[in-house]
Amino acid sequence: MLQQKHLLGLEGYPSEDIQSIIDTAFNFREVLDRPIKKVPSLQGVTIVNLFFENSTRTRISFELAQKRLSADTVNFASSSSSLKKGESFKDTAQNIEAMKIDATVMRHPTPGAPQHLTEFIDAVVINAGDGTHEHPTQAILDMMSLYEKFGKLKGLKVGILGDISHSRVALSNIYGLITMGVEVTLCGPPNLIPPFIRNLGVNVNYNVDEVIEWADALNVLRIQRERMGLGLVPSIREYRAMFGITQERLNHHKKEIVIMHPGPMNRGVEIDGSVADSDQAIILDQVLNGVASRMAILYLLCGGKSSEKEKP
Amino acid sequence: MKIEKLAKDLLLINGKIIDPHKRKTFDGDVWLKNGKIAGVGDVNTPKNAEKIDCSGKVITHGFCDLHVHFREPGREDKETLKTGSRAALAGGFTRVCVMPNTHPPLDTPESINFIREKAQECPIHIHPIGAVTKSQGGNDITEMGLMHREGAVAFSDDGIPIQDGAMMRIALEYSTLMNVPVINHAEDECLRADGVMNEGIVSNHLGFPGNPDFAESIMVHRDLELAKFTGARLHVPHVSSAKAVQHIREMKRINEKVTAEVTPHHLYFNDEALRSFDTCLKVAPPIRTEQDRKALLEAIKDGTIDCIATDHAPHTIEDKETTFDLASFGMIGLESCFGIVCKVLIVNEKVISLEELIRLLTVNPRNIMGFEADLFQIGAPAEIAILNPETDWVFTSNHLQSRSVNSPYFGENLTGKVEMTISCNYIAIN
Repeated sequence: MLQQKHLLGLEGYPSEDIQSIIDTAFNFREVLDRPIKKVPSLQGVTIVNLFFENSTRTRISFELAQKRLSADTVNFASSSSSLKKGESFKDTAQNIEAMKIDATVMRHPTPGAPQHLTEFIDAVVINAGDGTHEHPTQAILDMMSLYEKFGKLKGLKVGILGDISHSRVALSNIYGLITMGVEVTLCGPPNLIPPFIRNLGVNVNYNVDEVIEWADALNVLRIQRERMGLGLVPSIREYRAMFGITQERLNHHKKEIVIMHPGPMNRGVEIDGSVADSDQAIILDQVLNGVASRMAILYLLCGGKSSEKEKP
Repeated sequence: MKIEKLAKDLLLINGKIIDPHKRKTFDGDVWLKNGKIAGVGDVNTPKNAEKIDCSGKVITHGFCDLHVHFREPGREDKETLKTGSRAALAGGFTRVCVMPNTHPPLDTPESINFIREKAQECPIHIHPIGAVTKSQGGNDITEMGLMHREGAVAFSDDGIPIQDGAMMRIALEYSTLMNVPVINHAEDECLRADGVMNEGIVSNHLGFPGNPDFAESIMVHRDLELAKFTGARLHVPHVSSAKAVQHIREMKRINEKVTAEVTPHHLYFNDEALRSFDTCLKVAPPIRTEQDRKALLEAIKDGTIDCIATDHAPHTIEDKETTFDLASFGMIGLESCFGIVCKVLIVNEKVISLEELIRLLTVNPRNIMGFEADLFQIGAPAEIAILNPETDWVFTSNHLQSRSVNSPYFGENLTGKVEMTISCNYIAIN
């Protein structure tokens, strides 16, 4: 149903497939509004969630999507895994595959790890975030949320604000949005925006107020507190003053702008609590759409193996 | 590959002889008597000599590689002097310099002596390079004088850049006592940080921390200045960036004591290849952009780069069959070297002639280390490579003699093949 067996990233991912994931996701959104939020679409399909890096929201979102589709799921987190005992990545992967599974959802701290995994196993691989490379399902749920809000993607103007250099969310969003005909402007401290990023077809503007004036929607990234100590960001109050999406800053602009955030938020740092809780923020819609779009991705990639092929 | 003892009288007949030292190319025979050159060109053929027909092939000097890692002592699971020697013979190399980043490192006269003694049993000539600082720690210089007496031919803290400029100055100054090259792996560690590939468009695409070209060129520039000031001999290893090339080119105009090498992989690949996430392509310094690669080709053409060195760096499967961040740096390269450089420099890019390429593999590296370079003179111990520069072949793991298999070239179509190598009274036939 999709052209590629795996979902490793959105670089080079076909626009018609992104669109059909989003369309399918809206069908599943309806399921989530039903009293009984479960369909048998993936009955008999076994999915392993391989999490080599901490995750709460993405893992719960995937797990919930799998349960709503009636798939059998197993969770594997690196803290409880044999990796700590010195077993190699390859052995872990092959062991899990030997237990006859149909798909793996993997998060890993190293770029390329999901692609590496496809070399060792036959199962479908879905990237749930590989280091600072890609986080394709996050970008798809972001695009679904934009679509829900604006009824289209093509021609929209989206700003992405924050630590672009260390963000897989930013990179996948860039690939996906550009593919779908969205204009993208990156904003943040110059030392957190990679020097060659313009090559991807995006604009760079260090002035957050100009970006707010320009954009239809602003995706505010979490500024990792770990970066502060590295001298990349002088201090929290400096960041907040220069780049924070504060109520005060938004009040200066007459236009209404849609605010997104992939979470988890640092309230009072990159975003004010009152902005996050306001009507212009679609942050909780993103969370709900996350479950729906992950259901769509799992269904479209693993549905072929199921005996139940009917649409939900 | 099979290795046999050399016949007492051996004639290599009907070959095209390329003498890179005398810069002459002619048809003829080479007569080896008791493993030494007894005649080259028109040879008065002894009757009962064994003959090897070399028609259609090139007979030239055995290659010399200034930069290999044979992992002995300490990591014999990756390579030993013996297995490394076989890899060298398969690639046409009869003489190599081994880097000191072993366990323990080659930082004492005793450890240099250990390599020299072990090397006696090997079918190629192996010269140890001594560490510049004790334990490669970057703080105290080693007993360079005593190590030189034991056979150290150059000094390097290979793999570990000498960060402290004052330390580098001291090492260069002291090395003038022995008049041997100092080789510094030029990468500013602060700028390199945790970069695993070249910083550029591709690293941005892949989300990898990047290692910028100026991490190399800034340190190369420092070393060039210090070399000029001290009058020492500086050899710049594995040049990878256009910026470093430019610094070397400029300094060579006023300082003839500077030399430089390039690896086959920096000539063959650009960073687009990293999109495969092949951990064999994780090397230090990293494979850079197409623009850098073109600059390296230009530097070969105009003589800014003096020689080709493989940086043969064996690693276990476990070291490489892992995720990119955890994989070790380095690839093996002795067996594939000639096929790669012949394909890039002669066939694909038409940068230089076969004669010039052979000089980059023979006379030039020997001159840098002060090894005898006139190998076709009567009485010289035979170090010979027999090549077919036009053979097209596919490189596979069957062509490896190394104990390790971390090569990115499996399945690549190469041009130019080493057929036989003669060294230390042995002949290796591929």
